Amino acid sequence: MAALMLRWSCLGKRWVLACIDGGSRHGRGAAIGLTSRRKRGQSSVAQQPLIAVQKSRKGEHEWAAVVGLEIHAQISSNSKLFSGSQVHFAAPPNSLVSFFDASLPGTLPVLNRRCVEAAVMTGLALNCRINKKSLFDRKHYFYADLPAGYQITQQRLPIAVNGSLAYSVSVGKKPSQVSTRTVRIKQIQLEQDSGKSLHDEPRSQTLIDLNRAGVGLLEVVLEPDMSCGEEAASAVRELQLILQALGTSQANMAEGQLRVDANISVHHPGEPLGVRTEVKNLNSARFLAKAIDFEIKRQIHELENGRKILNETRSFDDKLGCTMPMRDKEGKQDYRFMPEPNLPPLLLYDTASLPPGADPQQVINIDWIRERLPELPGKTREKLIQQYGMLPEHSFTLLNEVGLLEFFQNVIKETRAEPKKVTSWVLNIFLGFLKQQNLAVNESPVTPSALAELLNLLDRKAISSSAARQVFEELWQSKGKTPSQIVSEKKLELMQDQEALERVCHTVMEGHPQVGVEGRRKAMHFSAC
Amino acid sequence: MLGRTLREVSTALKQGHITPTELCQKCLSLIKKTKFLNAYITVSEEVALKQAEESEKRYKKGHSLGDLDGIPVAVKDNFSTSSIETTCASNMLKGYVPPYNATVVQKLLDKGAVLMGKTNLDEFAMGSGSTDGVFGPVKNPWSYSKQYREKRKQKAHGENEDSNWLITGGSSGGSAAAVAAFTCFAALGSDTGGSTRNPAAHCGVVGFKPSYGLVSRHGLIPLVNSMDVPGILTRCVDDAAIVLGMLAGHDPKDSTTIQDPVKPFTLPTSADVNKLCIGIPKEYLAPELSSEVRSFWSKAANLFESEGAKVIEVSLPHTSYSIVCYHVLCTSEVASNMARFDGLEYGHRCDINVSTEAMYAATRREGFNDVVRGRILSGNFFLLKENYENYFIKAQKVRRLIANDFVNVFNSGVDVLLTPTTLSEAVPYLEFIKEDNRTRSAQDDIFTQAVNMAGLPAVSVPVALSNQGLPIGLQFIGRAFCDQQLLKIAKWFEKQVQFPVIQLQELMDDCSSDFEIEKLSSVSLKQ
Repeated sequence: MAALMLRWSCLGKRWVLACIDGGSRHGRGAAIGLTSRRKRGQSSVAQQPLIAVQKSRKGEHEWAAVVGLEIHAQISSNSKLFSGSQVHFAAPPNSLVSFFDASLPGTLPVLNRRCVEAAVMTGLALNCRINKKSLFDRKHYFYADLPAGYQITQQRLPIAVNGSLAYSVSVGKKPSQVSTRTVRIKQIQLEQDSGKSLHDEPRSQTLIDLNRAGVGLLEVVLEPDMSCGEEAASAVRELQLILQALGTSQANMAEGQLRVDANISVHHPGEPLGVRTEVKNLNSARFLAKAIDFEIKRQIHELENGRKILNETRSFDDKLGCTMPMRDKEGKQDYRFMPEPNLPPLLLYDTASLPPGADPQQVINIDWIRERLPELPGKTREKLIQQYGMLPEHSFTLLNEVGLLEFFQNVIKETRAEPKKVTSWVLNIFLGFLKQQNLAVNESPVTPSALAELLNLLDRKAISSSAARQVFEELWQSKGKTPSQIVSEKKLELMQDQEALERVCHTVMEGHPQVGVEGRRKAMHFSAC
Repeated sequence: MLGRTLREVSTALKQGHITPTELCQKCLSLIKKTKFLNAYITVSEEVALKQAEESEKRYKKGHSLGDLDGIPVAVKDNFSTSSIETTCASNMLKGYVPPYNATVVQKLLDKGAVLMGKTNLDEFAMGSGSTDGVFGPVKNPWSYSKQYREKRKQKAHGENEDSNWLITGGSSGGSAAAVAAFTCFAALGSDTGGSTRNPAAHCGVVGFKPSYGLVSRHGLIPLVNSMDVPGILTRCVDDAAIVLGMLAGHDPKDSTTIQDPVKPFTLPTSADVNKLCIGIPKEYLAPELSSEVRSFWSKAANLFESEGAKVIEVSLPHTSYSIVCYHVLCTSEVASNMARFDGLEYGHRCDINVSTEAMYAATRREGFNDVVRGRILSGNFFLLKENYENYFIKAQKVRRLIANDFVNVFNSGVDVLLTPTTLSEAVPYLEFIKEDNRTRSAQDDIFTQAVNMAGLPAVSVPVALSNQGLPIGLQFIGRAFCDQQLLKIAKWFEKQVQFPVIQLQELMDDCSSDFEIEKLSSVSLKQ
């Protein structure tokens, strides 16, 4: 059961990889999944050259790729992780910088409670064990947008460990074939974001913006349980939805609120893991999948040509569609980790361990947060399937488009139409129009109420399906009009008077005897609607 | 008037015997006369006069802010002071004017204290002599005292007097000299391995290191975050308690300060020591300890015993590992803390701009002295992945053992430890610089450093003058957060020993009128 087809061309050769569902992926860490086994008949023509290459190398037919991810999610909070400066995207440069953020000597970090709560929430939502004691460390490196010369992170004892994330990927040719997979979460750590460097090449200057310096990040480390770009992208998408549902991060990749580094290696199944490379700063799900698949193929290509994989950091060029070594990350970095002496251990409590008489402002109760966790996307999809008899893949689509679920639910609230009808209209027609014009749900000219009213007209057979489509198009074009107004203006109502309808039919048939047969069928169709 | 204690001059201000402006002007003129001591890096004359004027208005309206209102104070130049240059005696921070006040500075100002200026130190507080700052060494006021000069005359063999001035100890030598030379009534130092107590002992003043976490470090430019505490230098124990009362307590800007509310540190006028148990750590009987200091130490122990206190020998078995352990932990934190000085946001920046890396390198080479660069280098070595376990982790474990030594001793019923503060009295500068900074720091901190490892309160109290006419101090070490009890015992001791007042009349002829009053004050102190 070949899963998905990925194509990549480089050096004049065409390679095709198939991401194959292991089927019996029992146990953790099974890293099989990507092989280059071919199945004739289901492959496209483009796969032919690959088979030729592989056949020439006996015993080296199978490659398995292993992909792990480090995801940095900016915590959605009013102020930074260790200072009182505000957090805003696209504020004027260096307008949100406290003395601490600029690392003025003598300033000290003060931990933001909200960021800790966000980490606990995220940890709980990802089935992690929350460490009741966690520690902060300094990670040292010199970079112009890292004013203190070190980043405060949680290297030794992070706030949450040992979780898992379930995600789904489509398998087979039909989108309806969805398979659920699980990736283990090694840890979630709290850490500071860096500032931004803007390189002005013509003037050979670097400009520094410290607005982002010190913003709280959740670093979520996913174990190398994935085996291709699609899996990684799906896992990231699911994480994104969870973070958004929790409100712990806006997780908008385009705004840099969610950044992904991928660790990739290939090996022959049954043999030790290969040398890995790290592809940094992937800022869209599409590029993530592309970069990983490119890197897998590059590594296979290198190895098959007798070359070695270097343990290096690479970046993805989205224009060229390939990864390249990062020049400023050459050589081994020793981060000289050290405990952050200015922050005592972070202690969390549950109801059982809460010290009596503790000031609620000074302590964080894990149980209290657990009880207040919002509904997570997995549960939402389950409810949609149960409540509305929706197909699983439809529940995915509803959640994957920002705002689409809310739109759907608002339509459902106001219409008497069958949920299946609503689902079909929202996912096919409404979403189709959005995609065609490249609009987001909240930019739609059609409101949920308008669509609900339209579906009501359809439901009580006041208009036909094709008329409903016409009304929808009208609604899209001319804002402000209600479906009923459009129906009456365009005279799209179905005729309900049996006699009048018969008279019309007779007149038509008498006037056009030659098309009588076909006309009768149309008339039948009319009245049957 | 200038020779009085803080409490006495505070009473004089309240009673209208002197106004804050008069007091401030007297101190300013004395600062000018003693400029050669090099105690101050910056004298904030204008600010001080303005603050004094405001204090005066408050006194006139009867709205005094308390014991510190109108009192001239000085602050070590590694505490951030808003709109006053803060240099850490380093090229790196020359010209750096912080936009904020350290919490302790703000607290002093909020209580009406008048800031005379910023005092000299070893660069970034790395040293034990106050000789290694970019603004030159601090001279010990006792070099010019009648007591020392007379002794020297007896022994003089035609030596050049001026070249034989003494070091203050360090790194808070500027603060100690400022208090000792009567240019202010209290000064802030910092204490990481003894930097407040060591110069206090050499300059004949009280040097108090509070418990770690009792006083905010926010705004103190760090040496070793896990050991630094703001220190207090005054002319008597009572004054240290007054200042501590103003500074102690939780600071939301320093997460390592205690949350519990702090009570004022008032010390009883008479204390009873007969129920006390005084511990004498046997490991502190170092071979390098001068016989004079040793003899005063033993006399002090006898004094307690004669008053009914139980004096017992105790053991702090890991003491000998303290120096090397401190070296690893200190340099590692230094390497980390100094990483921010890259010339980008503030401070010195070199002219080289071929690349960011070249700029960093040249900036740091020009900005830091050899001592600082040496510590950065060794600290980074200890933090390397391959060395971390063998050095940093081991040193942390040793630190725990050292701290546990104290816990064990205090758990066995000891109330306070009595030790020397320094090996000997202050040495001449020319003598001091024969050894390098590292050797000196290692030698000079041996009695003081372990206290910082354990976060305990400790105070150096001047005891007597040596044969050479120079001050000798002894140290009391208390249980964590029992600062008040420690000061209570120190005050009792201070009263018994009657340490002589420094006589600087020769040096400052035209201040004689001030010092006549000072003589009176020393009488009043005895009452």
